[in-house]
Amino acid sequence: MPAPIRLRELIRTIRTARTQAEEREMIQKECAAIRSSFREEDNTYRCRNVAKLLYMHMLGYPAHFGQLECLKLIASQKFTDKRIGYLGAMLLLDERQDVHLLMTNCIKNDLNHSTQYVQGLALCTLGCMGSSEMCRDLAGEVEKLLKTSNSYLRKKAALCAVHVIRKVPELMEMFLPATKNLLNEKNHGVLHTSVVLLTEMCERSPDMLAHFRKLVPQLVRILKNLIMSGYSPEHDVSGISDPFLQVRILRLLRILGRNDDDSSEAMNDILAQVATNTETSKNVGNAILYETVLTIMDIKSESGLRVLAINILGRFLLNNDKNIRYVALTSLLKTVQTDHNAVQRHRSTIVDCLKDLDVSIKRRAMELSFALVNGNNVRGMMKELLYFLDSCEPEFKADCASGIFLAAEKYAPSKRWHIDTIMRVLTTAGSYVRDDAVPNLIQLITNSVEMHAYTVQRLYKAILGDYSQQPLVQVASWCIGEYGDLLVSGQCEEEEPIQVTEDEVLDILESVLISNMSASVTRGYALTAIMKLSTRFTCTVNRIKKVVSIYGSSIDVELQQRAVEYNALFKKYDHMRPALLERMPVMEKVTTNGPAEIVQTNGETEPAVLETKPPPSGLQPASQANDLLDLLGGSDITPVIPTAPTSKPASAGGELLDLLGDLNLTGSPVSAPAPQIAQPPFLLDGLPSQPLFNDISAGIPSITAYSKNGLKIDFTFERSNTNPSVTVITIQASNSTELDMTDFVFQAAVPKTFQLQLLSPSSSVIPAFNSGTITQVIKVLNPQKQQLRMRIKLTYNHKGSAMQDLAEVNNFPPQSWQ
Amino acid sequence: STICQLAEIHFILLFSRQGKLRLQKWYTTLPDKEKKKIIREIVQIILSRNQKTSSFVDWKDLKLVYKRYASLYFCCAIEDQDNELLTLEVVHRYVELLDRYFGNVCELDIIFNFEKAYFILDEFIIGGEVQETSKRSAVKAIEDSDMLQETVEEYMNKPAF
Repeated sequence: MPAPIRLRELIRTIRTARTQAEEREMIQKECAAIRSSFREEDNTYRCRNVAKLLYMHMLGYPAHFGQLECLKLIASQKFTDKRIGYLGAMLLLDERQDVHLLMTNCIKNDLNHSTQYVQGLALCTLGCMGSSEMCRDLAGEVEKLLKTSNSYLRKKAALCAVHVIRKVPELMEMFLPATKNLLNEKNHGVLHTSVVLLTEMCERSPDMLAHFRKLVPQLVRILKNLIMSGYSPEHDVSGISDPFLQVRILRLLRILGRNDDDSSEAMNDILAQVATNTETSKNVGNAILYETVLTIMDIKSESGLRVLAINILGRFLLNNDKNIRYVALTSLLKTVQTDHNAVQRHRSTIVDCLKDLDVSIKRRAMELSFALVNGNNVRGMMKELLYFLDSCEPEFKADCASGIFLAAEKYAPSKRWHIDTIMRVLTTAGSYVRDDAVPNLIQLITNSVEMHAYTVQRLYKAILGDYSQQPLVQVASWCIGEYGDLLVSGQCEEEEPIQVTEDEVLDILESVLISNMSASVTRGYALTAIMKLSTRFTCTVNRIKKVVSIYGSSIDVELQQRAVEYNALFKKYDHMRPALLERMPVMEKVTTNGPAEIVQTNGETEPAVLETKPPPSGLQPASQANDLLDLLGGSDITPVIPTAPTSKPASAGGELLDLLGDLNLTGSPVSAPAPQIAQPPFLLDGLPSQPLFNDISAGIPSITAYSKNGLKIDFTFERSNTNPSVTVITIQASNSTELDMTDFVFQAAVPKTFQLQLLSPSSSVIPAFNSGTITQVIKVLNPQKQQLRMRIKLTYNHKGSAMQDLAEVNNFPPQSWQ
Repeated sequence: STICQLAEIHFILLFSRQGKLRLQKWYTTLPDKEKKKIIREIVQIILSRNQKTSSFVDWKDLKLVYKRYASLYFCCAIEDQDNELLTLEVVHRYVELLDRYFGNVCELDIIFNFEKAYFILDEFIIGGEVQETSKRSAVKAIEDSDMLQETVEEYMNKPAF
């Protein structure tokens, strides 16, 4: 049997292969030879064969059949075998194979070998790949070696101990005694690994940390000697003595000085010394400076030292070396919260880094820029960040857009600027904007009451050219649906109003509906918008009806459902349509977290409103109500009737569906079984939550808004505690004739500067002989505190004929709006 | 606050400009398949970086520190909070050790003597941490170990077990 081919021979041969297939063939042939050699238990060439196997493994070929052979090599007496055996074990074995445990005994023996290089092999292997079981078994041996005077072994034992602690943290205690004199060593290898070991222990255990604080003076001394000592060729790197050790000591000092005044003070001088004296022309010096800065920022250092550190980072930012700029940005990001003003001074340099070609630098510069935006610099910073958004890589756009929205919301100098900024983001990065941004933006736009006309105009123009960016189209559709009336009536004040016809508006919305580029969600927005326009447009209602009916058979189930419901609205509930599609109210201020809160808010205010105390004149109804309550078995005075819409999982646009969903949840206190007596609805449907509104007896006088043909409508008023611009009007309609009034619908309109929200009425029947009332709540938003005026329209059936009347209400008491 | 880390250096890779692996040292446990996937991914990331970029790449929850020496890329994966600039020095020190041992080291030396490259690395780093900061000591240990390797006769005659 010829001797197996030598390692270097094999390498040479394999490298001559011209194709992958050729290489594979050679490898397979050699593997077969190696396998048979293994089967023959050949001791002589095992080492050579395993070495070859390791080479082939590196090329990517399987070598697991050599695992056991590695173990045999480790067990051999020959140093050559052990060297390759341990290397093979580290490359081919790990703790996931049970077979690795077979190594334990060999390692134990070798840890006690007479030759330090064999001990070294064992320590190295254990320290690199030792499993938890192996570590448990051999920790005692490691601990022994940690106390040896042989520095070659001591340094390896220290790192082995570190590995043991990482794998089996409970074993940390046993190494404590051996750490006693570690720092007294002169040998740099031992010093370095000892510092690593101490660091590991301090990081893992507060007790250890407290125990080792006493080492601070010694560490400071060692560091000082390193800096002050003359040239030592053995440890020198570009004129700096053992930078590796310096950095590790600085890191350990950081951990020891953190949250500890005394320790921090003890290291103050040395830190200042390192910070000012370290040579910065080469990377090695900057590596030490960097670690020093990190330490200064993390311990309780004097302010002078902190300023020194930030200035070092500032200088780093101006360095030509990209790596230095990179670490500067990383560090500044860590300190921007605590040392905000100091970092602000470097803002322009940071902004320049936005234009860097390196992706990691750009990302850090972007994050830092957002952290530095404040009320004073927002205009300038946003300009830079918008420009960045334009030109940056796609991987940044979503984060950048979100960041801009957040910053704009916090620091917008004016509403116009805010809307413009949002527009800019939507048009430049429209498809990268996160889904949750859409409802937030809608809320923002809704609340910017005076900007509605401007916003809808700009959004309309934006999607005219291109309706492919979904978030943009969603926001635009929503706005057009909401404010389409402002669009066609050309009311924009901020810029030249455009001439748009109702048909043109419907054209674009229909295009969105039809387009292949539109996501299902977007289509939903468009359809709902079209529907809403039925109460805002005057000439195109039939067109809208047609569109809605077409989509009643859409294969998209979501669209179909909406269309069917809207159809129903046209056909059976047309009298409710205006109320349902009424302008959205200003939403309560919510956190920028998304639709769920918005829906909740709307839901919450409804029952709270209804939960008002009865008017003084209504004492009788109250006791009647109490009687009724007793009948119903309610022991509470204000029973809870689950009528309030709770937070529904809001899909985009879902909040509008919820409005329609309210069809079923009218908060109707007229539960079918109850007889038709005058029930003050507020007691029955209110939730027993804390009232948001003033007690009525604080005395805003009520008025009779309308009285004609036996129909009387009274208004009672309340002002909101939380929002002085909101007035809540409760109407009560009563009927003094001898026949019921049915299908009663109350509608109201207010002047432009007001906003109106009409909640669901208690019923649609006003019983005859004043034997009952319909109540309904109107919320009026009057941000400009103008005199309240209202036009009302009443429709109902009476004595077999349809009745309709229009009236103006002008007698609002001043307390209701001032 | 500090995060207890598993290793300062998670792994070291050496590969050529054509993406051929010349050395892989792992200081954390991963399945073979996973290692191969990571190597492919990282090689691709680094080979596509241009000259104008820094030596650092954010990768998953680690940082890659890499530098090219002649035709070989040296790549270290470190914890996110570690000192990248010092890692560059670690890489450089390893190259110096190789150079001291081989004398004007080139890629071919690493190819034909890969086991020596590993031995040298193992004298410099254990468990992802630097064990020796003296160039002289590390290389001396390898040379002394080399002396311990038996001659052919010694090897043949010494008992296996």
